Order: sequence, then structure tokens, then C-alpha cells
Amino acid sequence: MRLAEAWRVALDALRANRLRSVLTMLGVVIGVAAVVALVAIGTGTKQQIERQVEGLGSNLLIVVPGRLEAGSAPSVSTLSLDDVDAVTRIVGDRSRVAVTVASGETVRAGSRTSFASIQGVLETTPSVFVRRLNRGSYLTRSDVNTARRVAVLGAGIAGQLFGDLDPIGRQITIGGVRFRVIGTFEQLGQSLGVDRDSEVHIPVTAAQRLLGTDRIDALAIRAPDRERIDTLGAEIVATLGKRHPESDFSAVTQEQILGVLGDILGVLTGVLAAIAGISLLVGGVGVSNIMLVSVRERTKEIGLRKAVGARPRDISLQFLLEAVLLTTIGGVIGMALGISAALLVDRLSPVPAAVTWWSLALAFGVSALVGIAFGVVPAQRAGRLDPVVALRTE
Amino acid sequence: MNGTPAIVATDVSRTYELDGVSVPALRGVSLTVAVGDYLAIVGASGSGKSTLMHLLGGLDRPTGGTLVIGGRDVATLSPPEMARLRNETIGFVFQSFHLLTRTTARDNVALPLVYRGIGRRERRARAGEMLDRVGLAHRMDHRPNQMSGGEQQRVAIARALVTGPSVLLADEPTGNLDTTTGQSVLALLESLNADGVAVVLVTHDREVAQRAHRQIVMRDGLIVEPTPASLPALPPAGDRTDAGDAA
Repeated sequence: MRLAEAWRVALDALRANRLRSVLTMLGVVIGVAAVVALVAIGTGTKQQIERQVEGLGSNLLIVVPGRLEAGSAPSVSTLSLDDVDAVTRIVGDRSRVAVTVASGETVRAGSRTSFASIQGVLETTPSVFVRRLNRGSYLTRSDVNTARRVAVLGAGIAGQLFGDLDPIGRQITIGGVRFRVIGTFEQLGQSLGVDRDSEVHIPVTAAQRLLGTDRIDALAIRAPDRERIDTLGAEIVATLGKRHPESDFSAVTQEQILGVLGDILGVLTGVLAAIAGISLLVGGVGVSNIMLVSVRERTKEIGLRKAVGARPRDISLQFLLEAVLLTTIGGVIGMALGISAALLVDRLSPVPAAVTWWSLALAFGVSALVGIAFGVVPAQRAGRLDPVVALRTE
Repeated sequence: MNGTPAIVATDVSRTYELDGVSVPALRGVSLTVAVGDYLAIVGASGSGKSTLMHLLGGLDRPTGGTLVIGGRDVATLSPPEMARLRNETIGFVFQSFHLLTRTTARDNVALPLVYRGIGRRERRARAGEMLDRVGLAHRMDHRPNQMSGGEQQRVAIARALVTGPSVLLADEPTGNLDTTTGQSVLALLESLNADGVAVVLVTHDREVAQRAHRQIVMRDGLIVEPTPASLPALPPAGDRTDAGDAA
């Protein structure tokens, strides 16, 4: 029997039992749709995080206290502003070094209050990270040196405290201490789960005074070029290690952050896809079950086909193609549903989703494989039927 | 060529193993079906006539003896070779027609040609010719459930003939038909036989059997009543081999 004819016969058989065919496909449809949608969500999340990390700036090196190893306890920072000078000597350019000392504080403007992430920073922050102003100006070196009580507001916190009013020149209180607003940032959204629009930047010296500390939490350096970034990190860690023999320090690059996050998200996406894949397997079992029922129901037909000249492999091929048709048609419908679900999630929820061609190819391939894997046994059983017994079947 | 042996069974037996018990269905049957033959196999239920028909049609293999169909010993053939032998040599007509209910008369008739690898257009043309031959040119695109029993049996006969077999095996072909329709089906079989197709009828109906050129009566897996008087003379042994190859 020609292959084209075998496909036609298989399609006719499925058409003859439309409702049953549709119900049998349903398991595969759901399985494939779930795989496509969940992989799309995983991929979309990964891409968003990559964009956010890359959006922080280029050639970034983050220096934090402690060791970045699995199982290591968080370390209390021993870094101070004196260390900034030591790091600046290594980097050779103060504008490439940023610091942060952060705390969550209640911010008040008139009768309005809001909770904000207070970031004590140097005037160099906009030249290290990508941070654009919407209005006003950023902190100056003079502000830092004199611990001047001035603040630059994130777009979100500015809106919450001042609504449509222009915040520039107005007063706010942070932890009961009065600051003057000198600028506002452009809207930035979230980075790695942190709402960047609720940040308030104040001079690091003012922040230390406000928080009663002389420590800083972390250093960030924008390396002059990508090639030097690793040696620069090692040099800074070594220098800080000499200055604070009792402490460990780590330097991480954006690539390392992306690598770790990518690994975690990859595993997460894989687990989600595997869970969805289980429903695909269950769908395959359903296909196998229905194909066995179909072989039993059509035993007489099999007997007749054999009587008029069908070889065992012709019969097996017919039933195998039926199973493959069931799962691949189900796979295509499932892909369409999965893509629609992913697009809906992407449009209507904060969860990003990105459908990739490889996930579609994988879903289609797997659905065809499920058809083959779960169609083989019924097909072989059909092919092996004794024509005499088959013809006698009532 | 009339008289050339199409099927030769020599001391053929068939024993079934049922739950460890050997049940002999045929016990040493010898029979020759020649081209142009019109043979009736008669017997009560359980006499072994259907088993014999299955063997003669290559649907089953004997457990003893030698069976040569179309010049080929079935013991030497693989299942695919047996399938091809059936397709090329034998046409089957069953009591319950065995038509595919979801396809038209034309596609039912064309079914054996599917397994010969013939293209759809030619299949449909040849099936149409065959339906015309059995008087159903006007019913080609009807499904079996839109046809009478007699028409369905004619479709089944057309299907059996579409590959141009040398032997047509009919198992109780009139069993599900009323007398008038049964007579017309028998008349059709006789006209086909007159055109040179060997017809083997399996029936328990003596009246039907009497229309054949010769009858064999079976009982308990044995031929008990041969009527060799009307048996066509066999050609010499050398011609048999040639005829077998040709078939």
C-alpha cells in the first residue's frame, strides 16, 4: 500500500469516529498546549531578566561582602567610604565607581506617606548604572562631601507623594529627617523583582548619618573594557581582602549573574515542561487505549483487508498512522492553544511570555513521537491478527 | 486455460490447539480446483468445509499435507507472500458480504487494488468497470447501508473479481439473501464461471450445490462423497507446473 493511500485510509477512519477522535486528541492537546505555554512563560521570564540585568549598564562589576557560594551565610559588610578611594586608585577613575547603602524607610511629603527604598549613593551612580533623570538634577560631589540633605525620587514614589505637582524644590522627610527634592528619575519598572521606581537616592554620607552607620553595603564598578573585567575584579577583591583581613569579598560580573539566573530559570522551565509533559504522556496512554479499542472494533475489517491482500505491515502502518495523526493533529491544535495562552498571559498579566520556534518544533516532534510510541503496540497487534480469526469475529 | 490446476491440496490436514487439546478440523483432504471449475463443497456445520475454504484461499496454512496455490507451495511462503498470493490469485465472497460501511460501493470494490499499489484513478476506473459487470453501474457512489442485500453481495462479488483472480471462493454466498435474490447471485456466479473463473461454493444448501458442475460432501473433516464424474481431466504434470507459474 502506498504511503499516501495509508494516510488517506487513516484519516477516513478518524473521520468515521469524529467525537471519539476529538476526545482522544484532547489529552495530547492539553499536554502540548501546557508545554508550549509554560516554556513560553519560562523563556519570557528569562529574557526579561536578561534585559533587566543588561539594562543596569555595561561591563558592570559588583563587589559585595562575603562569598557567593551555595550554603554560605550572608555577611555583615565591613566596607566603608575609605575603601572607595582604594578601589578608585585601582580603577583609575572615580566616575566608574559607585556605592550603595540601602534601607527601607517611610517617606512623607505633607500629608502623604509612602514606603521607599532609600539608597545612599555617590554622585557617580548615573555614570555607572543606566539611570536617566526626568526632571531636575542629580546629586553632586559637593552634596556627597557635605552630606547635604537632598534627594532624587523614583518616578513611582514621586507620583505617590506629589501626584501631578512638580516635586522639584519641595520638602520630604525620610525617617523624620527633612530632605529637599532636587530631581526625579524616568520611569524604570522592575529589575530582578525590585521596584526601581520606589527608590530615593540621597548622598551616601547623608544616608550613613540617617541610618547611624559608617558602612556601605556594596560597590559597583564599570570596567573600562570587557576583557579587563575579571582581572579588575580579582585585583579589587585582593585589595579589599588586605584592608579587611577578617572579611571575604566577592566580585561578580553581569555575565555571572545572568549565568546563575539562566541556570535557575532553565531548570525551572525544564521542571514546568516536564510536569506538562506528564499530561502529554497521559494523553498518549489515552491514544494507545483508544487504538486498542479501535483494533478490537475493526477486527472484521482487518480480516477483510488481509483476505484481499493486505500484508501485516500494511495493517500495522494503517493503525500506526491513525495514532500518529491523532497525536499530531492534537499537537497542532495544542500548539495553537499554547501560543494563544502565552500571548494572553503576556498581554493581560505582568508575567512575560515568549514563544520560541524550538519549543514549537519540540512540541510537534514530541506529539508525533507519542503517537508512534503509543501506537506501536495496537498497530503490531492489528498486523499480527490471524485473518481467519478476524473474519469470524462477531 | 480451463482444466489447469489452480489449487492442489494433497492429504491436507488442519488441527487446532484449543487449551492444550488438539482438535482436528481437517483430516487428510485431497482436492484439485482447476481453472474454469465450478465446485460446491457441501457439509453440515462443523464438517470442516469452512476450514477447507480458508486453506484453499490461503487465509490459513495446513498443519499436514501439501497445499499448492497458483503453483506455489504455501508452506514455503512468508505472510507477506501469502498476502500477495491471495491478492493475485483468489477472490473471496462472504455470507455477510464484509463491506466497509463507511465507503462507497466503488471504493469497496477498489479495496484489493489498494494493496497492489495501483493509483487511485485507475482503481476507481477498474472498480467502476467491475460494478458495471455485476449490474450496479447506477449504485457506484452508494454506501452499503443504502443498498439491498443482493446489491451488497454483488458489490462483494465485484470486489472479489477486480484483481482478475483465477479462483473465486464463495462462503454461503446466498445465505443472507431471499430466494429470488439468491438465484440472481448464483446466476451471476455461473456467468463468471462461464467466462473462465473457477468458482468454489461452500454451502450447506443442497439445492445451491446442485447447480455446481461437481460437489464434494464433507463430514468430520473428511471428504465423504466425491462425484468425480464431472471432474475435468487434469493436464499432464509438465503443463501443471507451467500453468501454476502462469497463475
